[in-house]
Amino acid sequence: MKPVNHKAWLLILPVVVCVAFSAILPLMTVVNYSVQDIISPERRVFVGTEWFKMVMRDGELHDALLRQITFSIAVLVVEVPLGIMLALSMPPSGWKASAVLVLLAMSLLIPWNVVGTIWQIFGRTDIGLFGAALARLGFDYNYTGSATDAWLTVLLMDVWHWTSLVALLCYAGLRAIPNAYYQAAQIDGASRFAVFRYIELPKLRGVLMIAVLLRFMDSFMIYTEPFVLTGGGPGNSTTFLSQYLTQKAVGQFDVGPAAAFSLIYFLIILLMCFILYNWMQRVGTSDASTPPNG
Amino acid sequence: MRRIAQHTCTDMARIDLDLAHSYKPLPARDADYALLPLAMTFDDGGAYALLGPSGCGKTTMLNIISGLVAPSQGTVRFDGEDVTSRTPQQRNIAQVFQFPVIYDTMTVAENLAFPLRNRRMPAERIGQRVGVVAEMLELTAQLPQRAAGLSADVKQKISLGRGLVRNDVSAVLFDEPLTVIDPHLKWQLRRKLKQIHRELKLTLIYVTHDQVEALTFADQVIVMTHGRAVQTGSADQLFERPQHTFVGHFIGSPGMNFLDAEIQGDRLRIDGVDLQMTADSIAALSQAGRVTLGVRPEYVTVSDSARPGAMSAQVVKAQDIGTHWMVTGKIGERVVRARVSSGAAVPGAGDTVWLGLLGPHTCFYKDDRLLA
Repeated sequence: MKPVNHKAWLLILPVVVCVAFSAILPLMTVVNYSVQDIISPERRVFVGTEWFKMVMRDGELHDALLRQITFSIAVLVVEVPLGIMLALSMPPSGWKASAVLVLLAMSLLIPWNVVGTIWQIFGRTDIGLFGAALARLGFDYNYTGSATDAWLTVLLMDVWHWTSLVALLCYAGLRAIPNAYYQAAQIDGASRFAVFRYIELPKLRGVLMIAVLLRFMDSFMIYTEPFVLTGGGPGNSTTFLSQYLTQKAVGQFDVGPAAAFSLIYFLIILLMCFILYNWMQRVGTSDASTPPNG
Repeated sequence: MRRIAQHTCTDMARIDLDLAHSYKPLPARDADYALLPLAMTFDDGGAYALLGPSGCGKTTMLNIISGLVAPSQGTVRFDGEDVTSRTPQQRNIAQVFQFPVIYDTMTVAENLAFPLRNRRMPAERIGQRVGVVAEMLELTAQLPQRAAGLSADVKQKISLGRGLVRNDVSAVLFDEPLTVIDPHLKWQLRRKLKQIHRELKLTLIYVTHDQVEALTFADQVIVMTHGRAVQTGSADQLFERPQHTFVGHFIGSPGMNFLDAEIQGDRLRIDGVDLQMTADSIAALSQAGRVTLGVRPEYVTVSDSARPGAMSAQVVKAQDIGTHWMVTGKIGERVVRARVSSGAAVPGAGDTVWLGLLGPHTCFYKDDRLLA
């Protein structure tokens, strides 16, 4: 038996304290709210799982969740392939590479609410470049009136804001591939597609996993941009989960149901990330997968 | 069966290089060139080695032959046809790199089949070639495994296999392919390559900085330094008659002894001592003036008394190197090594001995080039 040394606990104590104050204690407050009905500061009633049952049966919440999932999937489906394509077409080195990197990074530096404001004006059919251009081309575009237009504008805004992140991550991944792989592929007579399929894509697995997880989590928690752009409307068409939650907690002061729902929200994100991570770890590495070219 | 017969016919080529290469846009000095102007021929079916220290231009030359690098001047010809602007695929070259390159998502069998699949070979023929190559490299058991999880040794064998799987190639080029392989397996694989060369009669060009590897693998070794191919020859020629002092220094362990000397009529003056030269040498060298004398440790004779052609030296150390003793002596300030067979009397450190420098194997150099 190895002698057990408990000093290590002492060394991780600062981390434990930090995490406790930044994450665990606030989360416990939420847990506290979720199981009580707080009527006034003096009067509170323990209600058990009642709030949970209530929010689970909430039809509006189901709609918001569905909208949210659709939105996150759309974000991933558009941004990941687009980011990879951008990274592949970027110059590998020299001043052009630097220029492109700076240009791409620019959208990432803009605060969320400013992005919302930019698009609010950009999309206006009277003075906005984008909206006016669409109107001139004969499209009946109106993000404040049409649910579809509003939803698509929010998606477009997210693509504009965050595709750079995927592109930059992929670009870094691509630059890390040793030249010998490309030379070997050339010797082996591989087509451009085969180079992408068998060299670049497998080597990008790591960065793509980070990109997908980040984009999923961020888009699943999206709040500021649609709030500034459409305020969740028209109707409820762009009211995503976090906005619905805020309405409940801050707008209506239903802290109990809001807290219960926060916990469910948190678990959904955790579960989805777990599934995505494991799927991406597995894909392309199991011996049972289909052989290339049949 | 007819299809198989078509594919087994080999399509090798004589390779002629007449070129120079610089990675800089406007090379001015010799140092700007990765390869100085050179003309060289690789015969059909020969086993060649490019030997030289790191940065001597050997990998550049290999990449120019394969078409990965375009020479900044001159031409590459295969069987007289100018292929300078053609891609590696069009040249039909196979190349194996220093570090294993494998396709992570494929199995070993798929890796080996990849060059054939890209060339649209029929599936049954692919299976057959993959089987043959896997057998050759002892990879048969691993064929269905995914290549990503295997050890560096096996990965490099896969890379070698991909280089050898096409049997209709113009040449197979190896860029220090055994660097990551452990010594025991190195011998085995080198023997294997040699055997493959004998069986398939492919043109093989092998880049290495290891003289043992080069000399055992190749029929013709090209010694390179600073972008120059200083000598092409068999192991014997490189050992007996180095055409350049670099070859003398680089081949052999330890390398050739070099001493500054001056020709004065029929005499050779080294470090203030005159030696009588042989008649052959006098004829070739009488006008040479200042030269460098080169003699391999294997040909330096050691005796304890004065002899013609010998100089007195102080023994610094005598080392047992297994089958022989290596005696290190000093003539003035110059170090001279001599190999003495174990049976003979070995002098100890501090002894004064006479080192015979002049003999049939002694070479003379002027400006690093062999005179006689």
